[in-house]
Amino acid sequence: MSNAIEKSAPASTVTSRRRLLQAAAAGTALASSPFAINIVRAQGAPIKIGFPTPLTGAFSAEAQDQVRAAELAVKEFNDAGGFNGRRVELLVRDDKLNPGEAASRTLELIEKDKVDFIVGSLSAATQLSINAVTRERKVIFNSISQSDAINEAKDWSPYTFHEALNPHMTAGAVARYAFPKFGKKVVYLTADYAYGHEMVRGFERAGKALGATTLADIRHPLGAADYSSFLPRIQALKPDVLVLCNFGRDLVNSAKQATDFGLKESTRLVTPVLLFTSRVAGGSDAFEGVVGGTSYYWGMEDSIPAAKVFNDKFRRAYGGAVPSDYGALGYAGVRSVLQAVLNAKSTDSDKVSDAMGRLEYNWYKGNQFYRKCDHQSVQSVIIVESKSKGMKDKNDVFTVASIEAPSESNLRSCTELGHKG
Amino acid sequence: MGELTPQLLALQLVTGVALGAIYALLAVGLSLIFGMLTVVNFAHGAFFMVGAFLGIYFQTLTGSFLLSLVITPAVVGAVGMLAERFLVRPLYGRGIDYPLLLTFGLSYILIESMRVVFGIEGLPSATPAALRGSVDLGIGRFPLYRLALIGATAVVVLGLWLLIEKTRFGLIIRAGSRDPEIVRVLGVDVAKVWLLVFGLGTAIAGLSGVLAAPTRAVNPEMGITVLAESFVVTVVGGMGSLMGAVVAGLLVGVVFSMTSLLAPEFAELSIFVLMAIVLLVRPQGLFGKAGLMA
Repeated sequence: MSNAIEKSAPASTVTSRRRLLQAAAAGTALASSPFAINIVRAQGAPIKIGFPTPLTGAFSAEAQDQVRAAELAVKEFNDAGGFNGRRVELLVRDDKLNPGEAASRTLELIEKDKVDFIVGSLSAATQLSINAVTRERKVIFNSISQSDAINEAKDWSPYTFHEALNPHMTAGAVARYAFPKFGKKVVYLTADYAYGHEMVRGFERAGKALGATTLADIRHPLGAADYSSFLPRIQALKPDVLVLCNFGRDLVNSAKQATDFGLKESTRLVTPVLLFTSRVAGGSDAFEGVVGGTSYYWGMEDSIPAAKVFNDKFRRAYGGAVPSDYGALGYAGVRSVLQAVLNAKSTDSDKVSDAMGRLEYNWYKGNQFYRKCDHQSVQSVIIVESKSKGMKDKNDVFTVASIEAPSESNLRSCTELGHKG
Repeated sequence: MGELTPQLLALQLVTGVALGAIYALLAVGLSLIFGMLTVVNFAHGAFFMVGAFLGIYFQTLTGSFLLSLVITPAVVGAVGMLAERFLVRPLYGRGIDYPLLLTFGLSYILIESMRVVFGIEGLPSATPAALRGSVDLGIGRFPLYRLALIGATAVVVLGLWLLIEKTRFGLIIRAGSRDPEIVRVLGVDVAKVWLLVFGLGTAIAGLSGVLAAPTRAVNPEMGITVLAESFVVTVVGGMGSLMGAVVAGLLVGVVFSMTSLLAPEFAELSIFVLMAIVLLVRPQGLFGKAGLMA
């Protein structure tokens, strides 16, 4: 029977049909494979921005806000047409607040996902480890968290940008506000790690020029829940100002307990970075009268038009929610990179780095620019005081006490950081 | 260190005792469960944390701190009893490792549940209005609430002592820790006793949480460091000894406090140094019975 079928169909037809099927199969496979994108849409490849941030851990609230704000910046850019029709994709990764994890994720983003830029990080340690990777791979990294070290020549590279404030600027601004106002005898209650020490250094430097004296610098272990054992000594020293050089939960605990011990009767509590989330978690009692610095507070919209524009965009996108301090940095970090891409008309790291270095911008808080030698974003520092009465809603927790205008003189000098020129 | 006046030292000592009160309360619960059930409850810190969260929740619900002080330990104890009945009981007789690993896993579940129900940031806690402010002790200002805490701990420990020493139930508990087989032979339902003891131990942990909440930030991770400290105190005092838990709790609190004053960087280390010394000199703890770990 088979012989009959084979004999009835001519050999050439069978071969060509087989060929046709083979070609069709190969074509389908090719069209559905990843290579298809290159063949069909070579010019439209998305621009990828890697975004490592601690989605799990003590600062997940801040990290999630950073992601939301960054996604807002990406959507804005895409809606406006992107870059020559190319859209931006945000690849968010969890660095778990761990430097090793951050480095692995960054490497993965660069090698496997082939990202064009990296924006992110929330802690000093993770941003240094991310920078070590991006520096080597010549990928632009715009860091959105506090660190003094990243500006220094030994960690820096032309691809390193620092969108966020650093401890020197923040502590300096708070010192310049608080010491003349509240008094010159200062005690520091410091978290015993790099951030704490950098903050104290910033305070003492600014304080020296104002005639402030350090009565004591009391170091506490990072993450301590109980500060009662440090408070009797602080009480006995009778300082004018107690500077709580710690962050997040440590700040909530120490502010609470200092209040319990009646320290506020004779001493003013000051902190370098007063997070929106910390204030909400700690409550109005613990933070009453506490003065601190921040990179952004939504309440600035009364005096800064750019803040109102940004807040409204965020409110529209996220159901009335307002952006937090670190959240706003997520927006600015991404937007600066994307603007530089438009200005440079390229996604090449060197060209974008050059364009970013020359960028002058006002995304949400006033004028900013990147200093030439270390790419530190020169920006304003906002001094806020916690509210305990007359709060209009759950977000109305601070009054803006003062805004220190952006100035290069508030940064450490380029030579001090080891940069030439 | 020129400012080391006697007043400062005295105030620091009082601070240490207040700190020790919470440690003692936590250790009592842990020691009870270990002494009677030979179960190392790794979820003890998590029960403490749950107590803190529920304490705030019930206080907001009922408007009364005192009411919350009664309801919360009952609820936490009930959760503990459910855990004992369905999770721990099947593992009796299999050695000390199984309940240890189980309670370790249980702590993760409890932490995650609190995250889901109350959020990752935690809840703001406030000191009850009547106990706010600080008192001038003559040696300096001290929070009124912490003084009340020392008092509350004393009351709880006294109550527990009366329960264990002066009631029939306490007699069964003491006998059960000595020799469960004989107690069973005598017709006592040992399983029910253990259920109640586990519930009691976790209820005390929950109570410590309610009491500690006004003094510190309440978040899902707050029980983790507390667990290590509870174990240090229990080991120093002797596993299974009520007196040991109280004395060791106060001792650890005072040691931590005085070290914070004189050498702050070593404060966290000091309690482990104390534990090491006690283990070298007297391995069963200050008041523990030798050879309890069978």
